[in-house]
Amino acid sequence: MSKRSNEPIVWSLFGAGGVVVAHTMPVLIFVTGIAVPLGLVSADVLAYERLAGLADGWFGKLFLLVIISLPLWQSAHRIFLSLHDFGITGGETFFRVVFYGAALWGTLLPLFLLVGM
Amino acid sequence: MSTRKPYVRPMAGWWLKNPVYVRYILRESTAVFVGIYAVILLVGLLRLSSGEAAWNNWLIAMQSPGAILFHVVAMGAAVYHSVTWFSVAPKVMPPLMFNGEKVPVAKIVAGQYIFAGIIYLVLLGLILWG
Amino acid sequence: MTSNDKIIEIEVLRYRPEQDEKPFLQSFKVPFTDDQSVLQGVQYIKDYLDGSLSFRWSCRMAICGSCGMMINGVPKLSCKTFLREYYPGKITLEALKHFPIEKDLIIDLSDFINKLESIKPYIIPAAPRTLEQGEYLQTPRQLDRIAQFSSCINCMLCYAACPQYGLKPDYLGPAAITLLHRYNEDNRDAAKAERMQLLNAHEGVWGCTLVGYCSDVCPKDVDPAAAINRNKLNSTMDYFLRFVAPRGGN
Repeated sequence: MSKRSNEPIVWSLFGAGGVVVAHTMPVLIFVTGIAVPLGLVSADVLAYERLAGLADGWFGKLFLLVIISLPLWQSAHRIFLSLHDFGITGGETFFRVVFYGAALWGTLLPLFLLVGM
Repeated sequence: MSTRKPYVRPMAGWWLKNPVYVRYILRESTAVFVGIYAVILLVGLLRLSSGEAAWNNWLIAMQSPGAILFHVVAMGAAVYHSVTWFSVAPKVMPPLMFNGEKVPVAKIVAGQYIFAGIIYLVLLGLILWG
Repeated sequence: MTSNDKIIEIEVLRYRPEQDEKPFLQSFKVPFTDDQSVLQGVQYIKDYLDGSLSFRWSCRMAICGSCGMMINGVPKLSCKTFLREYYPGKITLEALKHFPIEKDLIIDLSDFINKLESIKPYIIPAAPRTLEQGEYLQTPRQLDRIAQFSSCINCMLCYAACPQYGLKPDYLGPAAITLLHRYNEDNRDAAKAERMQLLNAHEGVWGCTLVGYCSDVCPKDVDPAAAINRNKLNSTMDYFLRFVAPRGGN
């Protein structure tokens, strides 16, 4: 009989990440990567006190964790699956560890940082 | 004796052979920009946790021409991700029922655009004036 | 052939297993009228130009699902596609992609047949009814849940559209998963737990990356991509909820 796949674990994280990316990333990239660096809006938007204040509250901590960690899972899952699309069929376990490991690291590190802030 | 000799065609370069496949690979490629941007945010969080001077260095790094160019491309990728995400979502969600009738796919997609538009505006408002 | 017939060039990917190491393109000039299908063009070649050309067909009205082929790189039913759509350009025909070529436009479809059989595409009732008890009843609303997915004619265009099937021949694939879904969603059926095991496998729904082309090419608007991807959600629920409320799986 066919063996049950563990794919639902990473697929759930991929799906949650995809939703977060679709609903936040265009705005986040515009603000942090274009509008503030080019001076289209006031530099106060990303001032240290403001961001430190955000990371101080529980809602802010959760928000920062969500916008960093879940997109990484989304990205890792897609890139891992794309390897096969491009004919890279060997080393599946190795690549799983590399990509999902990176996403796990990108979840635990901000979690650790945010709890300490 | 069987003279069967089925010929299996190679898959090499398959994704260039049909515009649908090219758009699919383009959609999947947005993940590279999403991943890099998430790492940039993660580095920002690291800097933020190290104090004001480190955070300001991150802000200065974001002003380099290379960083701006990356973010312009990444924003395009993020928008493409959003558009493709909303268009396939009705295939993943169970059919939406209203008064015993299936809601048409076009209406579900339009509804997602309206919802996402509201989220974008709220998010932008909170970031700029919150 | 009348004097006002137009002539279209049809290139066919030929493969004759006894003679050829690999397939090659052969070009034919085919006279046609605006009411003629690509299938009729191929039949003209066989009748008048080269009797050795092999292809499958039966009903000529898009219901038997036999005459699928790659028409200019797109999987289509050749009976439902007209020569005039391509004129004055040329047409290139090839056997359905991702299947082994048996001869010319004929594919070896045994892999699909085996998969179709594996999903048990028939109603398995909880308790079989006797003749005296009458038929298994279904309301229009219950039928509505499965009607679209039950329109599949097994033409395999979706497999020819699916690069994941080409890359991973073990993948259960669009039509088989869609029909599996159709029986799982049928109120008269009770074998969902058994079929879920096929879905939950790596070769089940998890072989899909939602390219979505299967639904684009389906001649019956069955939307296999929706059937597959809704079952990713079902399989995920099954994966996590089996600890709370076990139902199926292993």
